[in-house]
Amino acid sequence: MKRYSLQHSLVALSIGALMAGGAYAADQVKVGLLSTLSGPGAGLGVDIRDGFNLAVKHMNGKIGNLPAEVVVVDDQQNPEVAKQTAERLLKRDKVDFMTGTVFSNVMLAVGQPAFQNKTFFISPNAGPSQYAGAQCNPYFFNVSQQNDALHEAAGKTMQDKGFKRVALIAPNYPAGKDSIAGFKRFYKGEIGMETYTALNQLDYGAELSKMRAANVDGVYIFLPGGLGVNFIKQFVGAGLSKDMTLYAPGFSADEDVIRAVGESMLGTFNTSQWAHDLDNAANKKFVADFQKEFGRMPSLYASHGYDAAKLMDAAVRDVKGKLDDKAALRKALEAAKFESVRGAFKFNTNHFPVQDYYLRVVTKDAQGKLTNRTVGTVFKNHQDAYAKDCKMQNL
Amino acid sequence: MNAILILEQSLNGLQFGLMLFLLAAGLTLVFGIMDMINLAHGSLYMIGAYMVATFSQATGSFWLGLGLGVLATVVVGVLLECTILRRLYHRDHLSQVMGTFAILLMSNEVVRIIWGAQPLMLNPPAALAGPVELMSGFSYPAYRLLIIGVGLLVALLLWLLVTRTRFGMQVRAGAANREMATAMGANVRRLFTLVFALGAALCAVAGGMLGPLLAVQVGMGESILILAFVVIVIGGIGSIRGALLGALLVGVVDTAGRTLVPLLFEKTMGPDVAANAGPAVASILIYVLMAAVLFYKPQGLFPAHD
Repeated sequence: MKRYSLQHSLVALSIGALMAGGAYAADQVKVGLLSTLSGPGAGLGVDIRDGFNLAVKHMNGKIGNLPAEVVVVDDQQNPEVAKQTAERLLKRDKVDFMTGTVFSNVMLAVGQPAFQNKTFFISPNAGPSQYAGAQCNPYFFNVSQQNDALHEAAGKTMQDKGFKRVALIAPNYPAGKDSIAGFKRFYKGEIGMETYTALNQLDYGAELSKMRAANVDGVYIFLPGGLGVNFIKQFVGAGLSKDMTLYAPGFSADEDVIRAVGESMLGTFNTSQWAHDLDNAANKKFVADFQKEFGRMPSLYASHGYDAAKLMDAAVRDVKGKLDDKAALRKALEAAKFESVRGAFKFNTNHFPVQDYYLRVVTKDAQGKLTNRTVGTVFKNHQDAYAKDCKMQNL
Repeated sequence: MNAILILEQSLNGLQFGLMLFLLAAGLTLVFGIMDMINLAHGSLYMIGAYMVATFSQATGSFWLGLGLGVLATVVVGVLLECTILRRLYHRDHLSQVMGTFAILLMSNEVVRIIWGAQPLMLNPPAALAGPVELMSGFSYPAYRLLIIGVGLLVALLLWLLVTRTRFGMQVRAGAANREMATAMGANVRRLFTLVFALGAALCAVAGGMLGPLLAVQVGMGESILILAFVVIVIGGIGSIRGALLGALLVGVVDTAGRTLVPLLFEKTMGPDVAANAGPAVASILIYVLMAAVLFYKPQGLFPAHD
């Protein structure tokens, strides 16, 4: 009799343990922030990191009420290095979330190892068309925009403003191809020149003289970080700004670029889904505290980093810290119940945002400081062109 | 295709070629005189750029920064030569490649520790930030004109130094036949330290002048070092004249290639092929040039050793 009851209780205990297994609340959240922190693209990664860390600070060092540990690593803008480092973060450090990636070629290299490891990847910038369409993945979320989006908005703006013949220039890598495709989706005028440059090219002498010969009235550039800084300086230096109007995506005309280029940026139109003067409470707090903390204006990259942390926070809170319940965590991420600094935010079926896009122009503010001012809305609730190709799988 | 495009591209090619020459001149003398392969030559270019950037920012004057930066780089170069490189002269090429490659990696790390991983963005002096109208309807960036001017001036001074002075005579003798020069009483050891200092100074001028046009960053020496090696192989090892001609050739071919090849592809094969294959073909053009030169002149255009 006694033996029987012992067996019984043992069975009961193990059943209990099995049922609870996999749904214990974690005691901390570990985030692998793999970003570009050296080379010409470093400013972008630094802003993402600082934005992310500011959000964690705002949440008292916690993500979803659990103590947060953020492991920051430099991907050196090198897909090979990034892949090895990602493996280390996933296998050795056993991070709960991956984030940080700036460049799409790096993203396409580190996505697969994360998906295989069933780790959610919250991209704070890179939004390659592959992951938005046929290769969409339940473990991939993009909290910024699909790569084409800002360029679609710029194409529409230049079309609406009546430009007849434009020159296009972008780096020769996945996001560069996406950018031109996006621009052309909405710009129907003539294309006088279409050039792809090496991703690390810093001297645009040859491209500028081609541009002069191409006889265009508008120029659209997608050159992130230091590339854009150099291009705009050389564009003005060559005297081209007198004959043609320069348009850019927010990437090439945000605070990091304005700081480096200075006065010659005045009057540059650019498109973005975020701006520091967007009127909502979350944004005001973010912009003010970012300046207090780091002594500079945040860029759109910083806003993406900030939102990435806020999204994780909302999701972890939603599943009550049970990070092993992947299905529930995915649902919570898809719901995106956080207050984005850009205002309204929701995910499409392909885990990319459906949101508004704005036109900004570089002007002087009341204190005479160069900065962006929002002048209008280009798209309302815009979704990307690839979502229809995405058959989102179950976990 | 119009005349202005060709003129502008020629100026761009000249500007790029002259800066390449400053690097190739030092490299070819070191190679020619001491038979030494110095992969750390690009590091001096990087260190020079950082020095010029730092002194320019500290003094607020581009010209003062350039002068002080060049001096500081010469000190670094001479220290490097006296302490480490001197021990590698009598070793084989493999040891030299290994040794100087290690110096290259260490310089990158040291620069990263001192100045950080993010590039420094320099602006050209305000007076030179705009365009200059060369003729009606054609303006050219003032700063690129300045680079061309400085490049030509340095090339002229170097030519005078090598062809008109005792030092230059010894350098030429050392490059042509080191044993004979030593036998005739030239102090090759001291000569070489001087050549090395000169090479470091040229590197710093190139790095400092290109800083505002490119970006001052860790590893900036590597990509340009490869081009400098192409230049001295084309020009003939040990020859200053060859380095100048080789550098101008590479500069013009590289710049023209980046414009003409995609244009040509666009006309013949359509924009899609041009977008993909154009830049790729343009970037291998200088290696095709090198192969062609070596096919007809295996010693390069103006070999110093006959």
